[in-house]
Amino acid sequence: MLPSDPLSRVLYVDLTKRRFEIQQRPELFEAGMGGAGVGIRLLAEECPAGADPMAPENPIILAVGPLVGHFPVASKTVAMFKSPHTGNLGESHAGGRSAVSIRMAGYGAIVIRGASASPVYLVIEDGNVIFRDASALWGVRSSATVGRVIREREPGSGERTIMRIGRAGERGISYAGVITETYRHFGRLGLGAVFGSKKLKALMVAGRRALPVADRRAYREAYDAIYQSATQSTLMKKYHDLGTAMNVLPLNEIGGLPTRNLQSGRFEGAETISGEHLAEHYLGRRVACAHCPVACIHLAAVRTPHPSEPYFWKTSMIGYDHELIYSLGSMLGIADPTAMLQLFDEVEVQGLDAMTTGVVLAWATEAQAQGLVGTAETDDLTLAWGDAASYIAAVSRIVTQPTAFYRALGRGADHAASLYGGEEYALTMGGNEMPGYHTGPACHLGYLTGARHSHLDSAGYAIDQKALARGDTLTPDGVVDALLAEERWRQVLASLVVCFFARGVYTSEVALRALATVGFERTADGLLRMGAETLHLKDAFKRREGYDLTALRIPGRILETESPLGAVDEAFLRQALARYAEEV
Amino acid sequence: MAKRLSVVDPDRCVGCQECMFACARRLGQGGLEGSCIGVHSNGGFERGFVVIVCRACAEPPCATVCPTDALVPRPGGGVKLDADLCIGCGNCARACPFGAVYWDEAQNKPQICVYCGYCARYCPYDVLALEEIQEVPDAAQ
Ligand code: SF4
Repeated sequence: MLPSDPLSRVLYVDLTKRRFEIQQRPELFEAGMGGAGVGIRLLAEECPAGADPMAPENPIILAVGPLVGHFPVASKTVAMFKSPHTGNLGESHAGGRSAVSIRMAGYGAIVIRGASASPVYLVIEDGNVIFRDASALWGVRSSATVGRVIREREPGSGERTIMRIGRAGERGISYAGVITETYRHFGRLGLGAVFGSKKLKALMVAGRRALPVADRRAYREAYDAIYQSATQSTLMKKYHDLGTAMNVLPLNEIGGLPTRNLQSGRFEGAETISGEHLAEHYLGRRVACAHCPVACIHLAAVRTPHPSEPYFWKTSMIGYDHELIYSLGSMLGIADPTAMLQLFDEVEVQGLDAMTTGVVLAWATEAQAQGLVGTAETDDLTLAWGDAASYIAAVSRIVTQPTAFYRALGRGADHAASLYGGEEYALTMGGNEMPGYHTGPACHLGYLTGARHSHLDSAGYAIDQKALARGDTLTPDGVVDALLAEERWRQVLASLVVCFFARGVYTSEVALRALATVGFERTADGLLRMGAETLHLKDAFKRREGYDLTALRIPGRILETESPLGAVDEAFLRQALARYAEEV
Repeated sequence: MAKRLSVVDPDRCVGCQECMFACARRLGQGGLEGSCIGVHSNGGFERGFVVIVCRACAEPPCATVCPTDALVPRPGGGVKLDADLCIGCGNCARACPFGAVYWDEAQNKPQICVYCGYCARYCPYDVLALEEIQEVPDAAQ
């Protein structure tokens, strides 16, 4: 690392004492480079064994990497914390302007300790932290308003990130997210609840630093090569054209789009909620994360009439992605795109994780249909497939919690099913609600084994789909090897920190070249070793907190509903899990 | 003919800030310091973006208010900074109605677009272009 690179500066903020200090930690960044590699090391230092995720002892760590601010598509921040949702490793990634702003303010990582006695928001600048009273912002109905108020009140427009929570975070819903730049999220695993437990309503970071390079000419040449491939690659073009929503129709076609709580892998309404349909009829704007030319963020323009006055419309810009279309669309049997988008909007207003919310509601719908709960529990709502209005009402009740049933839903499908039954169709893996792919055994093994229990950990769905296309037969050992190789490499990308969408652009060779121009001399082997070590550290943290791969619950539903590769076999999954536990 | 940077269609801007990084990279460094172009949201990402860059005025107010003549009007439009003369008073930055005079805090001097067009080369969506300044007949005359 170049000695003048501000990456090695770690900002420690103590919310209890309202103090901060900056430490130089070059050894941390030499070892872990940034992002996930540095984040897990800081988490191990900061988070005591057995910590209560909602207590002041649970730290929030935000880490960026050496390529952020230097190269395009290195645009992510990695958050690490102990998850109030799973009680284990919490890791969530977000783009927007978060990573660039942290880097431009002159930090490689931010560690937030303790808890404030009263609501607070932080303004973090180069060398300074301001603690601002947020009492008036606490309880504001919409998360969007919070962003708007801070945007108006603080300087630094265009060169800052504003991370904030909604009421879901204030009230400790275990899957509350943190929203940044209105349309990007630290969505999964409950970072929003941890913010709320610390009375931290928002966090603004701003700056416009220079970053040193080792060789100016080599730097500009490497930049141009990456920029060219990022703007010309066909995959990146697809992300720009239809966005991740491009997956809906192909997945449905093969029968891998989870529908109605995975009672089926095909949705007869897929056409109207597809990326193609939304782009044609709703797309109003595309926006980008800072320093990313792709602009994959798709915003739908939704016109809603005034309830009584004719010709009086309001137009809302609502973000959409494959995972939302799955969890709040097909999973709930909603085929009406306007209604689906309005449901997205309510989830956003409350500040919940969209994926978990959808899966929780899908479980609740089935539980109600089966008579496990009645209208006394649901506060008079009848949850029924396709009925978006009831789901919108239920989302707000998850946060306001009028009954014990909603309090249970506020802790996820696992918890609710442990109280009311219906475990076999509570679609969680490792305690986290499943993502939007039911492609075969590899996707589910990815959710079960992945450090974050996310489809992004090791992309098992890609292994399934490749096998399907080629007509290959998967074996437990083969799947485990492929998942591990992918997850290890992704630790490298998540440490640099490069958006996974650009994984085709940032090959090992390209990453090494870029790193060298900014003063990180590494080898291909060195990168791989670093990736494996990061994954190992995450696994060690998880085991310390009681994680046991061989004791994971496998929901019966994923075995019952045929996948594109046929029925998923429990013995196959168990065998693979045992092997994974040895290998990792 | 003098050239200037033109914001062809700000409604096409996606807010990627490639242009801002390009401007800083011209000097061979990473980050944003020294960038003379700014892109910020129009009051939230949902409303699109504003692109702020020197438009090379024919009668630049920044030069008019400079007490030391450090900002010299360029034939055809725009200004050139003579850094030796600049006393860092900040009048120019306050005088520009667009906010296109950026500030170098370390040197305490303005940073002004040099009309090189490097940023436009990295705009993926053709929002920016380097154009010859056209003489617009003044209707009042
Ligand atoms: S490069 Fe183009 S699209 Fe990107 S922020 Fe600048 S003007 Fe907007």
